[in-house]
Amino acid sequence: MRKILGLAVLAMAWVPNVWAQQVPVTSYRLENGMDVVVIEDHRAPIVTHMVWYRVGAADEPVGKSGIAHFLEHLMFKGTEAVPDGIFSEVIEANGGEDNAFTSQDYTAYYQQVAADRLPLMMEMEADRMRGLILDDAAMLTERDVVLEERALRTDSDPGSLFSEQRNAAQFLNHPYGTPIIGWPDEVDALTLQDALDFYALFYAPNNAILVVAGDVEPADVFALAKQYYGPVVPSDGIGKRVRPQEPPQRAERRIIFRDPRVATPYVMRTYLAPNRQPGAQAQAAALTLLADVLGGGGITSLLGQRLQIEEEIALASGAFYSGLSYDPDTFGMYVVPTPEVSLEEAETRLDATLEYLLENGVDPDRLARSKATLLADETYAMDSQMGLTRRYGAALTSGLTVEDVQAWPDILQAVTEDDILAAARDLLNIRQSVTGYLKGEEEASQ
Amino acid sequence: MIRILVTVSAFLMAALPLKAATEIVEVTSPEGITAWLVQEESIPMVAVQLSFQNGAAQDPLDKLGATNLMVGLLEEGAGALDATAFAEASDEIGARFRFSAGRDTINISASMLTTNLDESVALLRLALTEPSFEQVAFERVREQVNASLRSDETDPQSIAGNAFRAMSFPDHPYGRPVDGTLETMAALTTADMFEAHRLALGRNNVFIGVVGDITPEALGTLLDDLLGDLPDDLSDNISGIEPVLEAGLTAIDFATPQSVIVFSQPGLKRDHPDYLTAFVLNHIMGGRSSTARLNVEVREQRGLTYGISSLLLPYRHSAIYMGQFSSGNETAAEAVAIVQSEWAKMAQNGVTAEELEIAQRYLTGAYPLRFDGNAKIAGILAGLQIAKLPITYIAERNDLVNAVTLEEINRVASELFQPDKLRFVIVGQPVGLPAE
Repeated sequence: MRKILGLAVLAMAWVPNVWAQQVPVTSYRLENGMDVVVIEDHRAPIVTHMVWYRVGAADEPVGKSGIAHFLEHLMFKGTEAVPDGIFSEVIEANGGEDNAFTSQDYTAYYQQVAADRLPLMMEMEADRMRGLILDDAAMLTERDVVLEERALRTDSDPGSLFSEQRNAAQFLNHPYGTPIIGWPDEVDALTLQDALDFYALFYAPNNAILVVAGDVEPADVFALAKQYYGPVVPSDGIGKRVRPQEPPQRAERRIIFRDPRVATPYVMRTYLAPNRQPGAQAQAAALTLLADVLGGGGITSLLGQRLQIEEEIALASGAFYSGLSYDPDTFGMYVVPTPEVSLEEAETRLDATLEYLLENGVDPDRLARSKATLLADETYAMDSQMGLTRRYGAALTSGLTVEDVQAWPDILQAVTEDDILAAARDLLNIRQSVTGYLKGEEEASQ
Repeated sequence: MIRILVTVSAFLMAALPLKAATEIVEVTSPEGITAWLVQEESIPMVAVQLSFQNGAAQDPLDKLGATNLMVGLLEEGAGALDATAFAEASDEIGARFRFSAGRDTINISASMLTTNLDESVALLRLALTEPSFEQVAFERVREQVNASLRSDETDPQSIAGNAFRAMSFPDHPYGRPVDGTLETMAALTTADMFEAHRLALGRNNVFIGVVGDITPEALGTLLDDLLGDLPDDLSDNISGIEPVLEAGLTAIDFATPQSVIVFSQPGLKRDHPDYLTAFVLNHIMGGRSSTARLNVEVREQRGLTYGISSLLLPYRHSAIYMGQFSSGNETAAEAVAIVQSEWAKMAQNGVTAEELEIAQRYLTGAYPLRFDGNAKIAGILAGLQIAKLPITYIAERNDLVNAVTLEEINRVASELFQPDKLRFVIVGQPVGLPAE
């Protein structure tokens, strides 16, 4: 992310539901291959304008880790029409906010602004899609900024360093094992040419998705998109998106990360897991419900009830799964034990809970509550224009379609206990897992 | 460049009709509880923000953290429901409650589905009026707070924040941690929770913002159902304090690759006549803007940090003006020197007419962007009432920003910026920064 953000939490969930009218979503494709998605939200005269590129850290050349994110920063440095790093200045002069973010699978740029400024946003974003001009001085200063960002987000936080190590252990061959921000020595060695090469190859209308949400009419947005993005020349270097795939995992992996700054140790385990596929999201839906009944919602989940309430051995626990990635990613769970309980004991209790689930199935009331929660999420998600925009952008850059996004809530509601248990049996193979301990230095010497 | 800049100026004066600006109504319930309401029917939900004006600063010295823990326990069992039953009940009806304690304020945000509104209000009422503070939940949540306190001890951001507050407000509640200390937490009992609860949540010290699919009449009933049983005689016992800050550096040694730097000087309270002018001034100095002086000098020109910003931090009984950034241990000294120099420059020369115009254009244009969600608007409505601003403020606010003159802002610059009171707290192992 180019600029530092506060603690804003984006609601990432949405779609139709039994009480609410559907959020109107319309899509379109320009002749040069650029996809356009319009989400109507007429509550305030505001628009969120985002361009998503189907390129992220996992698409980087070997040895150039961090280039996708570094280029994201450099995209604010200037073009012939908007030179000298004044891109954000012009947005601000129009009363707008702008920023950008990079993941393993996408890089996205956005502005939030009064709805009548949409044409200018398109003009400027289209301009920097192919017209970026960079020099060494700007590149070197910004590289220092990125190194400071890495020091802040990763090196200053043992939890982040632990996460980086766990990911590296999880993926032997797939680039998801490389951190988005890059390994420090490789970031330090990135050059102007590296950025320009990556830019020329991937930044083009036929590799981009425009998502506009707000007080707009779809026909107007399509006409504007045609006017501003239509003339942008496509790249002929966009091939099928193929990354090195993960070989079958045959041995469980365990890592121990020790850092004197860790005051609250925890154990975290991830399993390789399938992701949402276009037209085939049932298994991912079952895994989403599995994560929720197992470790969503704090103390009402199975882990929360057993480890926090009944056994009183955990301060916190949870399970997480997004399913939203271009290639298969992971399903995870964690236990933060109380001070007198060891990580080994916490892991034993975690495993006992997994066994309990497989043997006893899912409490029907718990499953019903999970579904009610997911349904309520859909209503609350409509309250966040930015969240809706991100939901579509992230799905489309992960290979899904607008129809897949709209079908998702119903697919979630259709999941049965049998589906969850079948998905759990497929998933919970310890030989396809990474278990990590995060602990302080004192524990290391015991 | 020319083409685009022309486009900019053509759009400059466009004004935004904000629903929240034109359609706020003050609702008074049959029992006399008032709230500000924006009716918004397009999503079947109601967002409620309750801001109670007694916060953690009310904690007695030997019971620091009591209010914070009490607030954390409101959703951990109430009435006949234990913690699990309460959480299950809110899941079933899709209600989302968030409870948080600050120094001056306890904030409770509720998002409720219109279809389940009555059940949701009943559940929240239980949490507010009949929390059970069961021993088992008390012990469990206290252990969570303790874990967070232990983590804070090795977190440079928390170390810097605690040190600078203790230094700024000696022997005053504002200098003490909201979540207490391991010592005070160990001494707390469930009786302390009942006492903290009795002193914190009243119908006479709450400001309420509501946005959603609800009529004024229905809201009146809701307010009485929700809050009618709370006491109406709560008072605030905190005395005012001037922050104690002198120029210089306080260094705290901590092994980390990057120093965390907090800087601060006395600020302006929200009801100070110069507050809005100072707000514009801070935007130029250290706002979240690409053109803010600190961002340009420390980040864009020199790459010494990922982010630097400053803000006016008004409390009810005091005010500071503070900023924060992180920089590598080798570059921290250079960055600190730049902040000191920018501070002195601003005190002496103020801002230019162009800087003021750019700030006004951005601040007035971006103001409507804050109103992009029911829950966010509910929070803004409560905040306006806390600041004692009129119900017409949203409609008038941009005119007030545009009315700031160069002469006025530079008078405020010369008074607000006090290089001789700008204190730095640095946590890390900075090179070449002698501590005092």
